[in-house]
Parts: sequence; structure tokens; C-alpha cells
Amino acid sequence: MKIHIPTPLRTYTGGLETVRISGATVSAVFEHLTTTYPELKQHLFTSEGKLRSFVNVYLNDDDIRYLADKEASPVKDSDELTIIPSIAGGCCR
Amino acid sequence: MLRIHYAEYEALRAHGEETYPNECCGVLLGKNIPGESAGLQAINHVRQIVRAGNTRTDSAHNRYNIAPQELVRIQRQARGLGLDIVGFYHSHPDHPAQWSATDFAEAHWIGCSYVITSVEKGKAAITNSFLLTGTDEDTKKFEDQSIEIEIASSAPGTGESHEKGKA
Repeated sequence: MKIHIPTPLRTYTGGLETVRISGATVSAVFEHLTTTYPELKQHLFTSEGKLRSFVNVYLNDDDIRYLADKEASPVKDSDELTIIPSIAGGCCR
Repeated sequence: MLRIHYAEYEALRAHGEETYPNECCGVLLGKNIPGESAGLQAINHVRQIVRAGNTRTDSAHNRYNIAPQELVRIQRQARGLGLDIVGFYHSHPDHPAQWSATDFAEAHWIGCSYVITSVEKGKAAITNSFLLTGTDEDTKKFEDQSIEIEIASSAPGTGESHEKGKA
């Protein structure tokens, strides 16, 4: 399946915006992704192996946090994963 | 350096005026041009700005958040145009165009430009850009970034540019 990499993390995928990784579930795809591109792991996951709070992952148009099976959700080769860090802020403190 | 066309620069400032007294926010699409040698700085060249909605309706006067779903759509749009997300912009209503502790804590796009416009009593005042540098959450920092404003010329391909000093 295709995985779309956000601009800051392309440093760790050889500059690639889109990479192709296979796997039966979101977790399996992430496992293969971070094996193929090991430097990505610390930017996506905490030392406890949890997805970092500011990293959003969409399976096609759905946030995986809101899928019934979350990271265990099954995926097809025609699906797309998008990794997108959050954007927020504001003035005053 | 942030390079942006005058029309886009004015458009992001106008967005801040339109949403006053609330914060506006949006995304900068373009290309990163790496510095070719140690002495040359990289350039985030903006080709298009995309307005985004501020989901922080609970505190829109001093907070902004772009819905991840909207970011996914904008990143898809960028891909279709052959562009990348090279930065973001937002406004500070009646506050300086300087990054805040909240801006820093919520900044995760290393290598991208964060443009802030102060909007004073409804009028866009100063616009500054900050480059998020570092390699991870522990080493990230904001650095002042100069803004080069491109000015269109009547003769194609001979545009002028004007580098804006820091406020």
C-alpha cells in the first residue's frame, strides 16, 4: 500500500513523498515501514511504542484512532495511509 | 529564507484581518530549495497559500488548530500540484508577531516556516517568519527567518524581489 510521508519526515525516507509498504494491518505496515526506514521510528512512536500524540495517521479518509480496530485495522493493497503531524498554536503563553 | 509572491503575502495578511478578533490559519504550499553549500541558506519558496478553518471555536481569539482531516486534504491537493507543504501561517490578534510558548509546543514540522501576522485593531501590522529547525522534539527550535517578497513584473520571467527585514 502507499504511505504518504509529511515533509519533515522525508529526510528519513530518502526524500520520498510516497513509499510502498505491504502488510495485513496498520500495525504490520508500520512495522515494515520502520524496518525499511529505521530512523522514522523514534519520530512516530514513543519509547513505549505508542504513536506520538501529535502524529495523526489516516487510513484513506479515516483517523485510525477512531476506527473500531484502531492500529489492528486490516488494510488492502489499494488503501493509502497518510501520516500528518498536527498543526496548532496561538498567541499568549 | 521564505520566498513568497506579493499577492500571496498580502492574502495571508488579509485573512488575519477578516477573522479578527479571532486567529486565522492556513498552509503554505511550495518547494524547499536546499542551500547548495554550507554558506547558502535553504529557501522555502511558497507558490500557493491555502486557507484553513480554525477548529478552536472555544478560544479562537488566542488559539488555532487545523483539523487533521483538512491537512490530509491539503497535502493531497499539494501532491496533485507537484508541491509540498513548506509552512503554515496564523495571526495574533492584538499581540506581537512573535511565536508564543504554545506556538513552540505545538510546532512539529521541522524544516517548515511558521508565519505570524500581528493584527492590531483589525489591521494587519507586522508579519514575521520563523523556521523550525533541529532534528526532533528535544532539539527543535524556532529561528528568525527573512522573508523575500516577489513582485510581479509586466515582462514575464523578470520579476523583482524585495527582502523584508526582521521587525
